[in-house]
This record gives sequence, structure tokens and C-alpha cells, in this order.
Amino acid sequence: MSGANSSAGIVEAVSAAAAPGSGSARFWRLKSFARNRAALISALVLVGVVGAVTFGPLIGGLNPDDADNLARYAPMGSPGHLLGTDQQGRDMLARLLFGGRVSLLVGVAPTLTAGVIGLALGLLSGYVRGVVDQIIMRCLDVVFAFPMVLLAIAIAGAMQPGVLTEIIAITVILVPYFARLARTATESVVPMPFVEAARAAGGTPSAIMLRYILPAVFGPVIVYATTLIGLMIVVGSGLSFLGLGVQPPTADWGAMVAEGRVVLRRASHVTIIPGVAILIVSLAFNFLGDGIRDALDPRTIRR
Amino acid sequence: MANFILRRIIGVVPVICGVSIVIFLLVHLAPGDAATALLGPQASEAAKQELRHTLGLDQSLPVQYLAWLARTLRGDFGVSIATHLPVLTLVLPRFGNTLILTFGSLLIAIVSGYVIGLLSALRANSLFDRLIMSVTLLAGSAPPFWLGLILVLLFAIQLRWLPVSGMDDVTGNGGVMDVLRHLALPAVTTAMGPAAVITRIVRTSLIEALGRPHVRVARAKGLKRSELLRRHVILNALPPVITITGLQLGYLLGGALLTEVVFAWPGLGSLLYDSITARDLPVIQATTLAIALAFVLANIVVDLINAKLDPRLREA
Repeated sequence: MSGANSSAGIVEAVSAAAAPGSGSARFWRLKSFARNRAALISALVLVGVVGAVTFGPLIGGLNPDDADNLARYAPMGSPGHLLGTDQQGRDMLARLLFGGRVSLLVGVAPTLTAGVIGLALGLLSGYVRGVVDQIIMRCLDVVFAFPMVLLAIAIAGAMQPGVLTEIIAITVILVPYFARLARTATESVVPMPFVEAARAAGGTPSAIMLRYILPAVFGPVIVYATTLIGLMIVVGSGLSFLGLGVQPPTADWGAMVAEGRVVLRRASHVTIIPGVAILIVSLAFNFLGDGIRDALDPRTIRR
Repeated sequence: MANFILRRIIGVVPVICGVSIVIFLLVHLAPGDAATALLGPQASEAAKQELRHTLGLDQSLPVQYLAWLARTLRGDFGVSIATHLPVLTLVLPRFGNTLILTFGSLLIAIVSGYVIGLLSALRANSLFDRLIMSVTLLAGSAPPFWLGLILVLLFAIQLRWLPVSGMDDVTGNGGVMDVLRHLALPAVTTAMGPAAVITRIVRTSLIEALGRPHVRVARAKGLKRSELLRRHVILNALPPVITITGLQLGYLLGGALLTEVVFAWPGLGSLLYDSITARDLPVIQATTLAIALAFVLANIVVDLINAKLDPRLREA
């Protein structure tokens, strides 16, 4: 575990492993129900958010960069500006909807990319073993030696700021987590009879990896990815807060918090609103990830 | 134990080599050529030529790396683009301030996490417990820099209890009380996420320990609750808690970097932020290296504590 960073996903996985086996059965059924309901509500919330940021901006009259000098600092609930305006008189709702597109992209895209790369590396490492395994794992250890956010900041800080930079930086810090998971999962599948049978039948290593091992490793990776998206939206918003992401006048939620910070005293809603948006989405992804994990985890059936 | 320490230290050497390679390569991630990246856009062509020659930028990458490593080991991190001062003189004074913030938050996270987790476990499923679990979920999901701003809004702007920023120096004229007043908000901000995670693991671990057979036997024998907790529960529940606490270090250090920016805390995080804004690559490199090395060292210490408490780990 040396040098390993924490992440919500790992922690939750560990706490799930340490979950109590005792307690009244009725309580666990209730809790399981409540958690599934939370996952269900979260899924609906996320569908709503994705729908809003996808289709909301298409509705006419919303312009995130349209500065109305006469309506600066309008509070929430002002006529024509449901969520108020910022220091330049720009409509907060429009900025929130347009910014949400970037924020969601920065959370989801690196998680999926890192998932695919990590899956490939872990599969290769766990199946081929030997020198290849050693080289891949030692390289990944180096990434673990950095605090997660520090490495992302350093990489993004050295490159030209932008959305692509953010996505690359977050992908780099995530790959080792997926690779370790995929490697462990691969190692547990390799000794199974069906793999041995495929080998005895003369299957080539690449065919065995793709047809027999990949499907078994895929599940855990998907679950892990879901639990990580929420955290990555938070990390991505942190990079944007530092000015490493989209550049003004375009903004995502993290950059909006940074803009609001300047007028925190005068108009706190400019800071509060985008932060609440990040919180809701990150919370929803965490609940959803927990729900999916529980649904796929045979231990939860016992509860 | 000495054997374990030695193995752990030897094992960390390749990792540190890898870390130094990553930091060396940062310059080559920058747009444009390395000489421009290191000297800034205003530098003259002659100065760039000279730097290319002295740093061996016209040589192959491995040769460049070895030359860079040799200079770094001598403590020569180059000259800051923005301030024209030697990088080391910028980084060293900031280091102490980041340590103060990190230790302060670690202390808050551990104490609050353990105490609240214990209270929650003893009243599992009560209203208090459910409330705490909801709060930890919120604190664990919120962006730390935003939480910091909300705390500023509440305690500095609305209630006027604490200063927003303006922390000068520990050796400044304010004394220890002044530092503590300025430390309160940033430290609490940084501690919240890790405290939430620690609270949850302490609670889970204790509930599990409370249900073990030997605890039931002890309870059936009529042992007092305080005695029961002290002798049979708390120590048994500790190993996963310590592991998770150790894992929070990276999160805490990363969070501290952002918190420093929010509160203008004069540590490495603010320095990193300033140097990114100024595209001051030598300072970015040195700051990143300093934090990464501190993190590697902290992890060794965590492993040693773990090994001290759990003899089985010394064999691994």
C-alpha cells in the first residue's frame, strides 16, 4: 500500500468488506432498500442534470457570455434571472447549464479513458506476468508516489491550460488505480478451469485474454469507474478553480466558483450555486456507484 | 524491525528515481522548447542558446536527465522565471507553512474522526448516527476549496469570528495565537474530507468489533461498558482504521494545496499556484518534487507505525 492515495471508491470498498454480518435482518433489508432508493433517485437526478445541460442551452434566450451591465449582482429569483447574475451581469442559470457540459465531460471522459487503458494494462500484467508485469507495475508505482491532486496540477500546470489538458492530467492519475484492480481481477480468473480448458484447446494468449478473461474483469472495472466519476468531477473542478481548465469567458463549475470567490462578500450566490451543482452531481454519482456495487455484490443478498 | 526499516528504505529508491524522471519530463510537456519554458518568453535568443548549452538541451534525453539530476542533488533548481531568484530560496521558507497546515488538519481529522466515529458506533442507527452519516457523505462529496469558501462566508464574513487570510509568518509579530487564528479555517477545510472518511471507517470497524463473540462473552460476564470498550473493542478495531488514516495523507496534502490558494496561506500550494499562473516552470518542478518527497517519506512513517502495531506486516 506504500504510496497509495485514497479515493472514495477504495475506501467504500474497504468499508463494505468490513461491514458487519450481524444485526437484525430486518434492519439490513431496510437499509438495502433505502440505499437502492438512494441509487434510484441519484440515477434520476443525473438523467435530469445531463438532460438539462444537454438540451437547456438549446432553448433560446440563454447566453452565458451576455453581460448585462444594468443587472449586475442580481440575487436569486430576480425577474428574468432565476438564479441571479454575476459581477458582469451574466445570467447564472445560463452559465450553470453551459458550464455543466464541461464539468461533466471533465469528470466522465478521463474516467472512461483511464478505465480502458488501465483495463488493458492490468489484463496484460496479470496474464503475461514476468518482466512485463514488473515493468508495468513499477511504472505505475511512481504515479502512486504522488498525492493524486498534486500530480494532476503539475501535469496540467506544465501544459497549456484547457479542457483537453485537464482530461489528460486526470487520465494519467487514474490509470494506475484501474490497472491494479484489473490485474488483481485477472489473477483471480486465470487459475479457473474454463481458462485452463481454453488453453488446453490451443487458444492463443490474446484470444484467451479477450474472450475469456476480459468479460470477467469488465464488471469490477465498470463498478469502480462509476464510484470514481463523482470524485473526478470534484478533482476536475479543482483544476478549473486553479485556472488550468477552460479559459474565460467560457467557464465550468470549478471556474465559476473561482470567479465567485472575488465577489464572495458582495454576492455570495455566485460562489454558492456552482458549488452546490458540483456537490449534487458528485453525491449522485457516489450513491449510484454504491447502488451498482451492492446490486452486483453477492454479499449484499445475504443482508 | 530494523530489518523492515532497511528494506522499506531500499525499496523506496527506485520510486524516488521514477518521481525525479516524471518531474524532469514536466519541462518537456510545456509548449515550445525547453529553453523558452525555463527562461520565459521575454528571454533573448542569445540567453536561450547559452542555457541550451549549459543544460545540455542539445544532447539526448537521458544525458539531459543525468545532468538535471546532478544539479538537483546539489540543491540547484535553477532560477525562477518570475522573480529571478534562486528557486531553492523560494521553496524552502514555504515548506514549514505547508507542514503546519498539514499537521493541523491531520490532527483535526484524526481527533474528530475517531471521537465522532466512536459516538456514532455506540449509538448505531440512532437519529444522531444517521445525522452524522449524512454529514460525512456531504463533506466527503463536496469540493474542498468550495467548502473553504462557504466557511469563510459563515465564520469570517457573517459572524466575523476569524480572519479570512493574511497569515504572515510564524516568526512574525503575531505570535502563536495569531497563527492559530489564521490556521483555524484552512485547517478545518482541509480536514473535512479526510475526517468524514475516518469517521465512517471508525464507526464500521467498531460496530464490527462490538459484534464479535469475545465481546458478547465479556458483556455476558457483566463487564462495565467503559472497561469492555477499553479492553476488548477499541484496540481490536484499530488496524483498518490506521490503514485508512494513512491513506488519507495523500488526499489531505492534495486538498491542502487548494485550501492554501483559497485562504492565501503562504505555503507550497500558493507557490505552486503562483508559479503556474506565471508559467514559472523551475518553481513548479521544485515545488512538486518537495511535496512528492514529503509524501513518500510520510508513507514510510505510516508503514512503520502499522508494522509497529501489527507484527504480521513486518514479514510482508
